[in-house]
Amino acid sequence: MNRQSKPAKPRRTLVLGSGALQIGQAGEFDYSGSQAIKALKEDGVYTVLLNPNIATIQTSEGMADRLYLFAVTPEIAAEVIRKERVDSILLSFGGQTALNCGIALQERGLLKELGVRVLGTPVSAILDTEDRQLFVDRLKEIGVKTARSTACGSAAEARRAAGKMGYPLMLRAGFALGGKGSGIVSRASELPAALKRAFSGGVRQVLVEEYLGGWKEIEYEVVRDGGDNCITVCNMENLDPMGIHTGESIVVAPSQTLNDEEYQMLRTIAIRTVRHLGIVGECNIQYALNPDSVDYRVIEVNARLSRSSALASKATGYPLAYVAAKIALGYDLPEIPNGITKKTTAFFEPALDYLVCKAPRWDLTKFHGAVKQIGSEMKSVGEVMAIGRTFPEVIQKALRMLDIGVMGLDPGAFEFADLEEELRHATPRRIFGVARALREGMSVARIHEITHIDPWFIHAMVPVVDMFGRLRADGAVLDPELLRDAKRLGFSDQAIDDGLRLQPGSARAARVEHALRPCFAQIDTLAAEFPAETNYLYSTYHATASDIAPTARRKVMVLGAGVYRIGSSVEFDWCCVNAVQTLSALGYETIMVNYNPETVSTDYDICDRLVFDEISLESVLDIYEREKPEGLIVSMGGQVPNNLAMRLHRAGVRILGTDPENIDRAENRQVFSALLDRLGIDQPAWRHVTDAGSAERIVRELGGFPVLVRPSYVLSGAAMSIAHEPNELDRILARAKRVSPDHPVVVSKFETRAREIEIDAVAERGELVHWAISEHIEDAGVHSGDATLVLPPQGVYIATIRRIRRIAAELASALAITGPFNVQFLAKHNLVKVIECNLRASRSFPFVSKVTGVNFAAEATRRMLGVPGENPVASLELDHVGVKAPMFSFGRLAGVDPMLGVEMASTGEVGCLGDDLQEALLHALHAAGFRYPVKGVLLSLGPVEDKYWFADEARLIHEQLHLPIYATGGTAEALAALGIPCTAVAKQPGDGKSAMELIDAGEIDLIVNVPREYDEYGRPDGYLIRRRAVETGTPLFTDLQLARALIEALWRKRGVELPIRAWQEFLPATRNRARSD
Amino acid sequence: MPNKQRWRLELEDGTVSLGFGFGAGRAVAGEVVFNTAMSGYVESLTDPSYRGQILVLTYPLAGNYGVPAPRARGSIDGPYESPRIQVQGLVVQHVAGEPSHHLSTRSLGDWFLSESVPAVTGIDTRTLTRRLREHGTMRGWLSPDSMPLDEVRRDADERDMREGIFREVALPDVVRYPGGSLDVLVIDAGAKDNIVRSLCARGASVTRAPWHADLAPLAEKADGIVIGNGPGDPKDLGPLVAQLREIMGRFRRPLFGICLGNQILCLAAGGDTGKLPYGHRGVNQPVRDLLTGRCYITSQNHGYAVRDDSLPTGWRPWFVNVNDGSNEGIRSDHDPYFSVQFHPEASPGPQDTAYLFDDFLRLAASMKA
Ligand SMILES: Nc1ncnc2c1ncn2[C@@H]1O[C@H](COP(=O)(O)OP(=O)(O)O)[C@@H](O)[C@H]1O
Ligand SMILES: Nc1ncnc2c1ncn2[C@@H]1O[C@H](COP(=O)(O)OP(=O)(O)O)[C@@H](O)[C@H]1O
Ligand SMILES: [Mg+2]
Ligand SMILES: [Mg+2]
Repeated sequence: MNRQSKPAKPRRTLVLGSGALQIGQAGEFDYSGSQAIKALKEDGVYTVLLNPNIATIQTSEGMADRLYLFAVTPEIAAEVIRKERVDSILLSFGGQTALNCGIALQERGLLKELGVRVLGTPVSAILDTEDRQLFVDRLKEIGVKTARSTACGSAAEARRAAGKMGYPLMLRAGFALGGKGSGIVSRASELPAALKRAFSGGVRQVLVEEYLGGWKEIEYEVVRDGGDNCITVCNMENLDPMGIHTGESIVVAPSQTLNDEEYQMLRTIAIRTVRHLGIVGECNIQYALNPDSVDYRVIEVNARLSRSSALASKATGYPLAYVAAKIALGYDLPEIPNGITKKTTAFFEPALDYLVCKAPRWDLTKFHGAVKQIGSEMKSVGEVMAIGRTFPEVIQKALRMLDIGVMGLDPGAFEFADLEEELRHATPRRIFGVARALREGMSVARIHEITHIDPWFIHAMVPVVDMFGRLRADGAVLDPELLRDAKRLGFSDQAIDDGLRLQPGSARAARVEHALRPCFAQIDTLAAEFPAETNYLYSTYHATASDIAPTARRKVMVLGAGVYRIGSSVEFDWCCVNAVQTLSALGYETIMVNYNPETVSTDYDICDRLVFDEISLESVLDIYEREKPEGLIVSMGGQVPNNLAMRLHRAGVRILGTDPENIDRAENRQVFSALLDRLGIDQPAWRHVTDAGSAERIVRELGGFPVLVRPSYVLSGAAMSIAHEPNELDRILARAKRVSPDHPVVVSKFETRAREIEIDAVAERGELVHWAISEHIEDAGVHSGDATLVLPPQGVYIATIRRIRRIAAELASALAITGPFNVQFLAKHNLVKVIECNLRASRSFPFVSKVTGVNFAAEATRRMLGVPGENPVASLELDHVGVKAPMFSFGRLAGVDPMLGVEMASTGEVGCLGDDLQEALLHALHAAGFRYPVKGVLLSLGPVEDKYWFADEARLIHEQLHLPIYATGGTAEALAALGIPCTAVAKQPGDGKSAMELIDAGEIDLIVNVPREYDEYGRPDGYLIRRRAVETGTPLFTDLQLARALIEALWRKRGVELPIRAWQEFLPATRNRARSD
Repeated sequence: MPNKQRWRLELEDGTVSLGFGFGAGRAVAGEVVFNTAMSGYVESLTDPSYRGQILVLTYPLAGNYGVPAPRARGSIDGPYESPRIQVQGLVVQHVAGEPSHHLSTRSLGDWFLSESVPAVTGIDTRTLTRRLREHGTMRGWLSPDSMPLDEVRRDADERDMREGIFREVALPDVVRYPGGSLDVLVIDAGAKDNIVRSLCARGASVTRAPWHADLAPLAEKADGIVIGNGPGDPKDLGPLVAQLREIMGRFRRPLFGICLGNQILCLAAGGDTGKLPYGHRGVNQPVRDLLTGRCYITSQNHGYAVRDDSLPTGWRPWFVNVNDGSNEGIRSDHDPYFSVQFHPEASPGPQDTAYLFDDFLRLAASMKA
């Protein structure tokens, strides 16, 4: 059976990345891609990476030999292949984006033409798994069961199939991920709308399928090598049964409710299926399992690394992506060493002596009009993983890790208008609904009947709910037994203090008194059967001893970014990983604390010690007191660790870099603004509002509406909004209060038509040493995270730049900053106002680092340790331009109005370089999903002045781009008045040609729709156009400034072949700079 | 639910772990061994190879899916692997209060009570396992914490791990299981029922004879012979080794050894066996077929192993353990005699090597014709 001869080792390999983070395709692909690159380089393979996601670790200097920051499209991939004389390609490490790009390359015969070999799973096998019909046929060949289904190529076909199938039924799109376009259809009347969604955005195939709601949903991660050795590394069980996407489900590993017969049956089918399909590398197989029999269905196979494989890697310590890459290079599993034991090989199946719980994080409340229910389509933006020894321990950790303000599985965490409704139609809060139902005495059987959650999970929650009650009961006292019981049930000190109505810190004090501390256990892949050298740890209250003692080395602890959420994701992981690498280079032992399974920072070989645990005062202190590091870095992981700075400082922790007292001065608006006044630095007028009553008076003092309302201490403009008139103000105040009760609400004058500029910087003992100024293309009012950034600035007065630099320097010295910081400014004419100042690494650190070639995170880390770093590089002297563009996931969020505001809405970003602004901008927009218009442009320019502001661009569209212009009512009149020919179209379907119909007919492939100014929700008609645009994947621009920049770029670059150049060609200097100085 | 009675596990080296009892109340003693499987406790606990041993589960959650209804007398249906719980006692980190599975009729605790076997929960089985790995398997005493130590040492129930243990686990007399045209003799020194089920399911009729029966006449009638698994030290089965040697000399029947059977075949061939520091007990043991180079994940449960260097000429290692290089199977160069150290019948564990039963029966059929 053993394969005769192995394929020749590749010499030059192209790795396809997954592009910007978006719902369904997030940080996990930075992890898998980085591991693949590492595996290739170990083997001396010349590695080329195509990925525009500038915030990732895989696009860092020192990773791939050549980096291409461009859209992952067949055209660009082909050009890179030619340029780099690549002989092979990896398709399975960049999610669906890379897979689909690979399929396209194959179908266009480009791989053959260019003589490129696909490493690992062949494209034919990928097609068998992605084409849902082929898949069903292939599995039939070996008698493996799939759900009864019909694959349909058109809505008409689907209607016929649905008629035969009966209701409820399931719709699923092919060649997609994150359940895109899928959904339950419970009655015929819902079918047309469901089909429109399913087929939208050029989907070529939709499966009409028998509905398996309520069956157990189980996954296996399978690895197979070229020698046909095959193993399953891990299985996982969804707490939320079939009908709720695995990415939306709470998931445990290993499975908890399967007996050995079921476990082995599914395992055996997995191996048979994977062999039959001819997978070479890693894949994921999903099952529906009937809870009352051994009946099963295979839901799908993902023939690539996936979110689940990243989770499985972190859950078991088995580096799936690394091993898959080695297999792609021709190694067999027994030839690959087990990096954790160092004594055994990769051919084994991990035995866990703990369990993990994954929970998703949603940000639906950030989106106006979002449908709150969750289902077969992914809406979550991040996830956490908790490790422990019992279900109560892990579920409580996991729910706290979500950072949604809950103290665990608290039955009182939320109020439910209709509890049964909550249980029946799941929302992100259902798990709390289950806890609540238990508290209110609903039986486990009844809860199971409504939710189909396996009774085992519900039973396991009972002791937690009871303990919440025990703590709150009058007469309850903090005795050692209660304390121990609570800790073993996964209660935080805070939850215990709160339950017993004690001073914060009481539970901790009691723990110290009774020497009740968590133990730290190793993830060793073999349940202690072999001695392991692993540094991968978790804490538990169910152990009597820790596995390994702290070392005597000089060490530094770095706090990660925690769960990805809108406003904080891979960019902060990049900062943390760079900090850790810099520390290692400086000879420190590094301890990483983080709990996000999608990250590279939680890859156990990035640091000397990985503690996969909560980032809370309690857990950080427990680790700190045990490990006794020289200091702690809180400024790399974004707002989560930053918010802990002061409390850790007070608890006696040594925080490296800027003094926490000063961090606080910058965070506390009152104090900060007083500082600005003292320094004579201007800022938008603002006041504190403590009671809604005085609000209007204050607005008058500020000079009237519009005003910006926001609570302090929040990242990403959470709960921040603009009020244009009194009622709106009242509504917002009501909402804002609930967000952070212990901080007063800030109301500031909202500056209209102002430019926004940011400075990212590194300072040392109050001296500004590195700085980079970026300008936003959009006016202020579009959150910095959603704005299109340009570095170096192209349209800012030198005077303004000087002023900004000076202000940054003044702040650095006033706050005695050592380390990273970021300041945001508003600029009107020559006036500059400071919006905010964060004494930590910012979202744009990776962007400015990669555009300037100076690693700001590494530099900041050196300074925090008092080590001299590089000499400043003048970031204005660059002879290239970098543009960072946001990526939105509106298409996945049913009902949401795709509009930009002061609340961040983007889920990811890309960054591209070019010789000039236009080149970089077009590359960046393209990489964020923009397609060049060839058919027609729809203009729907809201406010009257905007209509005229856009006149020149409209003329360019007509005279230079020669594209037909369609315009809605008012806009059409304005254009006509300016003598620009256009076709007037109705906003609603009905009378005459309507915008909708043209969009659906594909007559329009670019839409500029500037919402009526200051209309928070957008006028309904505008809404319909915007919504249809995102659903059909038609490029949509809602910001006038960006739209103007785009049209100008299209005009200047028309007919020009935009050059495709490696990052190393733009920044040759940094090539030869040693990474570890 | 664990009754709140404090229980204690004491090891030879003095290590004491405290937990709560959830099974029978009597004290027991025995060799303490650990198993790293994450599912399949019903199968493991009824596996005769565990006879006389105190079993520690490294997976922290036990009893999640409960225990199915007891099977009828004489039945050999799964998931049970023998008529009773075989372990002396059970040690787990956390036992499920409320099991959940459509086949479950009772909790793990109910089962242990009904068969009056002690079980303890609330013990840090990882730390315990690390101890066993570092010191090798040790004797241990499982008892209520209230019971004085000398009393425990005196009264704790302990099995005679010499020949006696094999008499306990083998069925007293010959039993026949009709299945098909081929006749297979299964030599029972504690064989798991699934070995019989696996043969019958493949169209063989099985004659299951205790190791102390007069085997030669049965062997003569059989188309093939399987030597099953069992507890203890193969060297305590001298009589069986002798009988087997005679059978191998007299008739050339396809002969397939499993687990203990691997060691017995080795001894009968003139080789030697030895004790592993802490054995292989789990469902994730990787082995390599030295003929094909192919690797398989196997289910294992053994404390003794064949010593490769002791194999006489005409015999060679067949499978090897990928982790520690220990022997996982042997075969004869000239005769249809071969055996494996792992469990192709699985139960619990992966079924990747079940093909060995097909190969064996194919061979038996071809030699019969
Ligand atoms: N036939 C079905 N009945 C009920 N739910 C289903 C069915 N098929 C899929 N699902 C649900 O939809 C989710 C997404 O389906 P899947 O094929 O995995 O999409 P993706 O490839 O995007 O992950 C699954 O996780 C499952 O919960
Ligand atoms: N006074 C203001 N006038 C106009 N726009 C503002 C003003 N203050 C803030 N903004 C806009 O709101 C966005 C978010 O504000 P910011 O303080 O940066 O929130 P966050 O702390 O979430 O980053 C900014 O990027 C800017 O575009
Ligand atoms: Mg999929
Ligand atoms: Mg899926």
